[in-house]
Amino acid sequence: MVIALPVNDNSVESGICCSFGRAPYFLIFDTKSKASLFLENYAIQEQEGAGIKAAQMIVDNRVDALLTPRCGENAARVFKTANIILYKTITDSVNDNIAAFQKNQLSVLSQTHAGFHGHNGE
Amino acid sequence: MKVAVLSGKGGTGKTLLSVNLAAVSPRALYIDCDIEEPNGRLFFKPAFNKTEFVTVLVPEVKQTLCNGCRQCVDFCKFNALTYIKGKLVIFDSLCHSCNGCYTLCPKKALSPKKKRIGRIQRGVSRNVSVTTGILNVGEASGVPIIKKLIKSASASYALHIIDCPPGSSCIVMESIKEADYCILVAEPTIFGLHNLKMVDELVRLFNKPYGLILNKCMDPWDPIEAFCKERRINILGRIPLDQDISKLNSEGFILVRTKKAYKNFFSALLKTIQKEADNQTIIGA
Repeated sequence: MVIALPVNDNSVESGICCSFGRAPYFLIFDTKSKASLFLENYAIQEQEGAGIKAAQMIVDNRVDALLTPRCGENAARVFKTANIILYKTITDSVNDNIAAFQKNQLSVLSQTHAGFHGHNGE
Repeated sequence: MKVAVLSGKGGTGKTLLSVNLAAVSPRALYIDCDIEEPNGRLFFKPAFNKTEFVTVLVPEVKQTLCNGCRQCVDFCKFNALTYIKGKLVIFDSLCHSCNGCYTLCPKKALSPKKKRIGRIQRGVSRNVSVTTGILNVGEASGVPIIKKLIKSASASYALHIIDCPPGSSCIVMESIKEADYCILVAEPTIFGLHNLKMVDELVRLFNKPYGLILNKCMDPWDPIEAFCKERRINILGRIPLDQDISKLNSEGFILVRTKKAYKNFFSALLKTIQKEADNQTIIGA
């Protein structure tokens, strides 16, 4: 299974980013092969629709599940269409969340927010 | 004469001023361009007898024609298009109707369709004709509604009062474009001064003659007085911070229709504005 996590920098230690659409990087991790890579989020500079563009990147990288603290409603619609399941992260640590995910301890992220739409939040 | 009333900050008294200036004149057209939160109607309480819908063009896709080339996805500056699992998914509410996607599509899979983004309502309140624009919640831009509001304003009224949205963004620029004169409304506070500077810059950019009205005034507040002096901004009037004004206003009363004193105050203010606008327009300042 391929999972993705929004992270603050291109290192595991940088921690989970509080935003999905405007996270600087995404960590893509294959739970089977343990292979990982950091994707630079080129949607970060977008004035509008960063979440949608970032979600498109995640979809294009054949991700099965996204581990994130929160997600905007537009990105969530993209993920739903792509059958990507969202899980809510429990701490800021990348390793903690991957470990919890593999033990089936993460719950599905059911709530999405309406987005910040240019108000520098997401 | 077309007078636009604007302020950087919300809640400074744009509507208070606009409504009372329109109501105190013999006959006026009041245009509420604050389409995200139009509230002039709460004061005028007109029976709206005409409603027009405002539509924009957004793309519609024929999935069978789409070959997944993603030219439209890459082109869209507003990220209104995505390509997921062999299907193009469109986010209408992010579309700015630039027509780019269907112009570009090599397979002609995209075509424009009409979408309602809001409406315009018209009614009458005694001597004032009231027009208001309303943007549907969640829409990206109200510019098309404001364009229609301004364009459809009847020339048969000697006075147009354009109640602008707060801020200094596209919808404000669209609202003041056709104005002959601008009135900036500001509160004598640090926040008020900060946002006054933004709209001051805006009206200068548009080369509009303008003056300032200070609302919720107590004693003269030096920073704003100094700024006006430095920028040579004419202070047209000062509305005091007053409990009676606040109370009547919060209850949806139009001040000039309640007390003679208010009628006289706004009547004099309107005269000052008219005189000032005439002078400045002649000079071409």
